[in-house]
Order: sequence, then C-alpha cells, then structure tokens
Amino acid sequence: MLNFNLLFDPLSLFFLFVIFIISLPSAIYSLGYFSPKANPCLSGRQAPAAEKDKYSRGKLTLLWFLFVAFVASMALVVTAANLLIFLAAWEIMSLISYFLVVFETGQEKSIQAGLIYIVMTHIGTAFLIAAFLLMYQHCHSFDILVIKNACQAMPAQLKNIIFILLLVGFGTKAGIVPLHIWLPYAHPQAPSHISSLMSGVMIKTAIYGLIRFVIFTLGVNSSWWGMLILVLAVISCLVGVIYALMEHDIKRLLAYHSVENIGIILLGVGLSMFFIARNMPYLAIFSLIAGLYHLVNHAIFKGLLFLCAGSVYKATGTRDMEKLGGLIKKMPQTAFYFLIGSMGISALPPLNGFVSEWLTLQAFFLGASSVIGGAKLFLGICAGMLALTGGLAAACFVKAFGITFLAEPRSRRAEEAREVSFSMKAGMLFLSFLTVIFGLAAGWIVALLAKVASASTGIEIGSMIFSLNIFTLSPQTAKGVYLSTPLLALVLIVLGMAGFGVYMLFGRRKPVIYKTWDCGYYKLSSRNEYTATAFSKPFRIAFSFFLMPYRKTEKIRGSFYHVKSFVYETHTTPVFKKYIYAPLVALVFKSARFMRRIQPGSIHLYLAYIFAALLLLIIFMQKF
Amino acid sequence: MTKTALTFLQIILFIAVSPFLSGLITKIKNNVRMRKGQSIWQPYFNLLKLFSKQEVVSGTASWIFRAAPFIALASCLAASALIPVFIFVSPLQRMGDLLALIFIFALGRFFMALAALDTGSSFGGMGASREMFISSLAEPGLCLAIFAISLQFGSTSILAFSASHAVSISSVLAAAALFLVTLAETSRIPVDNQETHLELTMVHEAMLLEYSGRSLALIELSSYIKQMILFFLIAQVVFPIGMPGAALAPISLWFLWYLARILIIAVVVALVEVSLAKMRLFRVADFLGFAFVLGIIAVVCAMLGV
Repeated sequence: MLNFNLLFDPLSLFFLFVIFIISLPSAIYSLGYFSPKANPCLSGRQAPAAEKDKYSRGKLTLLWFLFVAFVASMALVVTAANLLIFLAAWEIMSLISYFLVVFETGQEKSIQAGLIYIVMTHIGTAFLIAAFLLMYQHCHSFDILVIKNACQAMPAQLKNIIFILLLVGFGTKAGIVPLHIWLPYAHPQAPSHISSLMSGVMIKTAIYGLIRFVIFTLGVNSSWWGMLILVLAVISCLVGVIYALMEHDIKRLLAYHSVENIGIILLGVGLSMFFIARNMPYLAIFSLIAGLYHLVNHAIFKGLLFLCAGSVYKATGTRDMEKLGGLIKKMPQTAFYFLIGSMGISALPPLNGFVSEWLTLQAFFLGASSVIGGAKLFLGICAGMLALTGGLAAACFVKAFGITFLAEPRSRRAEEAREVSFSMKAGMLFLSFLTVIFGLAAGWIVALLAKVASASTGIEIGSMIFSLNIFTLSPQTAKGVYLSTPLLALVLIVLGMAGFGVYMLFGRRKPVIYKTWDCGYYKLSSRNEYTATAFSKPFRIAFSFFLMPYRKTEKIRGSFYHVKSFVYETHTTPVFKKYIYAPLVALVFKSARFMRRIQPGSIHLYLAYIFAALLLLIIFMQKF
Repeated sequence: MTKTALTFLQIILFIAVSPFLSGLITKIKNNVRMRKGQSIWQPYFNLLKLFSKQEVVSGTASWIFRAAPFIALASCLAASALIPVFIFVSPLQRMGDLLALIFIFALGRFFMALAALDTGSSFGGMGASREMFISSLAEPGLCLAIFAISLQFGSTSILAFSASHAVSISSVLAAAALFLVTLAETSRIPVDNQETHLELTMVHEAMLLEYSGRSLALIELSSYIKQMILFFLIAQVVFPIGMPGAALAPISLWFLWYLARILIIAVVVALVEVSLAKMRLFRVADFLGFAFVLGIIAVVCAMLGV
C-alpha cells in the first residue's frame, strides 16, 4: 500500500525547477544576511533590531538545517506519487515553516504570527485529509496514478465534495481570500530569505496541489468549478492589492501582494478548468500556460523583492516605510534590483510580469470571444477586474519604491544606511537577471510550459501553436495577434536613445542643481515629504466601503490658545479578522468553556467516566 | 526597407502633428469662451522655448528623475509605432496588440510617478498619488472597451482594429467608455485641468512641477503623443476606415481623412471641456466607474451581436 515512488512528470519537474531556482539565490543571500560583519554602520549607539538578528553559531546551524529540510520537504511535496507520502511531506513542510516563522523567538509578534499560521495550516490539512480519505474510499489506493484511473468512474456528487475539500485545503495554504488571514502575519516574520521562499515557493505548492489533484487526478467535469475558482481569484486579487496599498510595513506589503498574485495565478488555473469542462482544449492549455507562467514569474520577482526588503531591513533596522527614504543614494544596487522587481510585479513591459498578465488577459479575451451567453460577460468582468488589479498594483509599487528609496531619508537610520554585502547583492542580481530573461524569452518559455500544461491536463498539444518563434508569442486562434517582448524592448531602447539624442542636440548646457521648490518656505526637510499613508489616502477613501477607515486625532496643548503638537492616527478595519475570524474564535472559546463542565476536578466523577467508557466498549464489542 | 522608412516617417509624423491637437483644443476653448486666446501654434513655440532653456534639477533627485522623461517619451513613441498610419503591415506590428498598449502606457506613467516622488516635494507626492489613483481606476474601463471592440473581430490585433469595419451599438458604447477614459488619461476637465497650477486641484501638472527645460519639453511632447493615440483609438471606433491602396492619390486623401477624424474628436473634447466643471477627486471614482459600466454594456451588446 505504501510505496515510495516519486513522480517526475513535466508538472513535477516544473515545480522542482521553481523551488530550486529560488532556493539557490536565497541560500547565497543568507550567507551575507547572517554574516556578523555585514553592516559596519550599525555598530555602537545605533544597534537597532538588526543587532538582534545576530545569531549564535548553534542557532545559525539550526537555521541552515531548517532551510535545507524546508527545501527538501517542498521538493518531496511536488514529487510524491502517493497520497500518504504527500501528506507527510506536506506536514513536514508546514511544521518546518512554522519553526522558521517563530525563529526570531525574541519577538512577541513572531510567536503570535506562528500561532495563527499553525492553526490555519492545520485546518487546511484537515480538509486535505478528508479529501484524500474520500478518494481512498472510492479508489482503494493511495497511489496517485491508480486514483487517476479510478476517478473516471467516480460519481459526480462525490467529485464535487472532494473538489470543495481540496479547494479549502489548498486554498488555506495558497492564501485565497478569506483564508489568507495567516499570510500577512507569517511571511514577514521569518528571516528575509525564508520569506522569499515562503512567498515565492511554498504557497505555490498549494497551486501544485490544485493542478495535480483537481485537474490531473480528479478530472474537471463541471464548469462551475472553474467559475468558483475565478470568483475567488478575482476577490483575492482585489482584496490583496487593496490591503497592500494600505500597508506601510514593507514586508507585509509584499505578503499582501502574494495574496493578489496567487489570485492572478488562479485566474489562469480557474480559466483552464472552465475551458476543460467546456471541452475547449486549446484555450484550456493556453490559460494553464498563463497561470503557470505567472506562477514562475511571481516566484522570481516576489523572491527578489523579499530579498531586497531584507537588505533594507538589514541596512536600516526597520521595515516601516515611513521611516525610510532616500535609500537609492545609499544603496544604489539594492534600489536598482528593487526597481526591477517592482517593474516585474507591476506588469511593465518588457519584463516577465507583463508577459504573464498579457497572456492571462488574452486568455480571457479568447475565452470571451469563443463562449456564448452569459459566460462571455462573466469573463469580460473578470478581465476588467484583472486590469483594475494591475493598475492598483502599479500604484502600490510606485508607493513602495518611491517612499522607500526616493527623496530624502525620513530617519537617522535611513540616513546612515550602507550598501549590503556582496553575497546578498549576488542573490538579488541573479533573480533580477531572471526577471528580465523570463520577460524576453517568452516564446521559448511558453513552448516549454505548453508541455507541462499538456501533461497535467492530459490534452495532446499536437499542432497547437502558442508562439511564432522563441521571441514572439502568437495565439493560434487569434489572427494577427503578436507579442514580442525583445522587439518591444529594442524599440523602447532605440526610441529612448533617440530622445536622448534630441535632448543633447538642443545644447549641452549642464543642468543647474538647485533645491526642490519650497514655496518660499526657507527650510524644506523630509518632514514635508509625502508619506506612504498620504500616498494611499485616495485609495483609502475610494475603497472606504470595504476598508472602513477610522482615525484618531488628539491635540496636545501648551495652553488653551497654543496647540503644541498634533497626534494623528489612521487605521483601517480588518474586515475578515473582525467579522469572520473573531466571532469564530469566540465561538470556539465558548464551546470549550461549555465542555469544561465535564471536567470539574472530582476524582469520583472521572472514575465514573472510565467505568462508563468501559461499559460502552463492552457493549460495542458484543454488538459488532 | 521602405516599410522601416515608413514606420520611421510615421513616428516623426506623430511628433509633428500631436502638439497641433493641443493647440487646436485650447483655441476652440478660448473661442467658445469669447476670448482671443493664444495662437493655435503655441504648443510648438512652447516646445521650442523649453528645448532652448537651461534645466534646473533638484539636488534631492536621483537618476530616476533624469531618466523618467526619456522612458515616458519612449513608451509613447513605441505606442505610436504600433498604430498603423501609412502601411498595413509595419515590421513593428509584431511588438504587441491592443492589450499591450495598456501596459506600454503604464510603463511611462510608472516612471513619471516615481520621478514626481523623487524630488521630495509634497506636490510631487500629491500628483503621483492622484495620477496613480486615477489611472488605476481608468484601467478596467479601458480594458473592457478594448474587449468589446475586439469581440467584433475575434482578436485584439491592431491590424483588424485598423481595418474598416461596421459601426455597431456595441462599438459606439465602447467608444463612449474610451472617451471617458481618454478624458482622464489626458488630464482633461472634468477629471483634471491642464490649465491650472493651483496646488489643491492639479494632478498631472503637480507631478511635473519640478521639471524644467528640455526634460519638460520631452514630457510635454510625450503627453501630446499619448493624447493623439487615444484620440485615434476613439476615432477608429466611431469612424472606421480601412487602409489605403498602393496608389499615391488615395494615400494622400486617406491621410487627410485620417487626420480629419482625429480633429473631430479633438473638437468634441474641447467642447466637453468648456461645458463642464472640474470634479472633486473622489468623484472621479464614480466617473470612471461609469466608464467601466459602459464597457460592460458594450460587452453585453457585442454578446447580443448588435
């Protein structure tokens, strides 16, 4: 029953590739991140939080062990050919990531984040176990390939139940709204290279689970599965990006963007299910390619952004964007890598995020033009929401990059920041390079992903065409639609150079360097700068129906007539926590308190329980 | 080879003609208001003046501030290279489609917003924040309008879009959505006002406040070009015409008509601008929400085949 076979089909290999391509730079990065002499500027009086990160040798060894075990467990998750092995690997992965979240035990926040994480992840696992047991009950095997064959004869009702269980189980790990609650707490709390692995790779194993167990094993037979996933994905996209806009902790901002990007990935996956159920093989493959492409892209740029955020934290000791600023001059390389990552995630041409979002939009369009009836409108609205998400994500990264790296430093820590060490830069450089490559070599990558998509859906690609050559994408069903990122990059560079040429033609007079215009005010300082909170104000007001912002103001007076200072705080109501999780937790506590009545502390009563249990068992044995 | 030359010519043409549109709009607005107003050629004089002036750069600014005008210009010019004017198959057509156009504009905007934050001025921050706010809300409307239009051809190809096609209810609604988005994207009343420098109301101008001289000229030029491209999109939906034949006479005639319909759109924009007041920033959300709804209705109409 229990075999240790591993699967190495294209789907598993693809995920293995994603895991290792992010693990490598993370490992290199961590060399510098934990090196004791990495930040000379933070000696003496300054000693902020970064000092606390100085681990003893033993703890560092432990961290390396956990890192390797984490990567290995993820690799096992995506290759396990047996449900039991899969579950074991899944649990090992969850537990190790829990230890990594609470690794910085000195911090109260870590413990709390870890608690939320471990509870949520086990709720998810419970659903998975239920789904797997139902599969076993019907197929009498734990082997994925055996189950796959047996599933063809599975009644539709049972399939629906298993699908819902799997969706909740994997959705918890992926961070689909409203199961995302743990993600913005847990991911930022881990050391940065671990955050990049968790956000970049670990949540993708849940997408693997969905593709492997729903599309590959179970087989999609009703189109509401895809529609349900699409609806959840759209909600995840919007909720993730709106919360990210409100955030000014740079790592939490990135964590919320993971919720958003999981949504975009699921748009591709959900569309693919939708088309499989409607028997449209070309579009099913095309959408799955879009989803997988965004998956690997998100792994790359989110990994990169977390590493950059870690560098900022290392150099300044704070993750609060309101205390940063001006880092582009102190840490030019980190700033450049962060810019590349931001451009990638904001889907700006010609980088990788652009290609995968274009593919997703194109999949929506091709779908909308081939289906009939209300589905057309449904796909159109989903695409509109994806466009809105894209716009908001760009706004959010203008904020993240602009407030953190541009203008004047807002605190002394930011002023005294220094560029990080070589190994950290090497890790970031590698991922930036991949961000560009995955944008330019789109045609080649799409051709590879087509094989993965074909293997996981069981649809023969045969003569389907996705790209013209290794540089140009071109969907087969849409005549004359091309996308060539290298050509676009070339044109942009040539035209930019031409602009520069014209600029130089009109005179070589050097610009005068002067101070920023200050309206005649004599001293402009960083206090006059726009803050992250101010930047997101229009969004806070426009989405106030969802965010429910409130503020506290307080005047501190010297006398009645003289206000010495003014305190202003603004917060948004955490809707999901307040209206879903808090009542749920309260309910759990209430029922626990109720159950406590059976445990009054009397030894006589306990003896009676034992006796009753014994009696029941005897009756049970007699009866059956 | 001729194709490359024609593409090059087309880019030059966009650069040459696009300031005229802005001059025309200003002229019409002034005439309607019974003012004499500036010359129709004023944008050209402004550009020449700016190009010959020395630049002042804030000491706070980094390379982002210096590079942003070139990136903005490159993105607008790249978009203009995508739009066919003279020839049916330009070698640059492979670059992208209508959907890619949204992303190409986003590139320039992203860097302009960063540059606005770069100088540390509160005006810049205000402008960047508002610009990103407006543009992100404009995106769904734009996307759905493109969807609705492209549903007629079954592809988002710009070639199919530029060919002659029937005007349907769906495409008119899509054009209306595009029009609202265009008002927002070209910072026109009622969303923004190009003529104001009042700190409380300006959006796009607030972003450019620290720019001067040649850099400002490049930015102005790129917004003229962007405006012309957006006008072209609307014009092509409402007055669709195909590409000219090979002979020279139809080409020149066609070219005049090509410009004429863009001018019609410019006139409409000018009339809209004089007859409306600027909205509060937070009402822009409703305005662009309306564009989104129009886009949805256009998709519904396309679905019904009308």
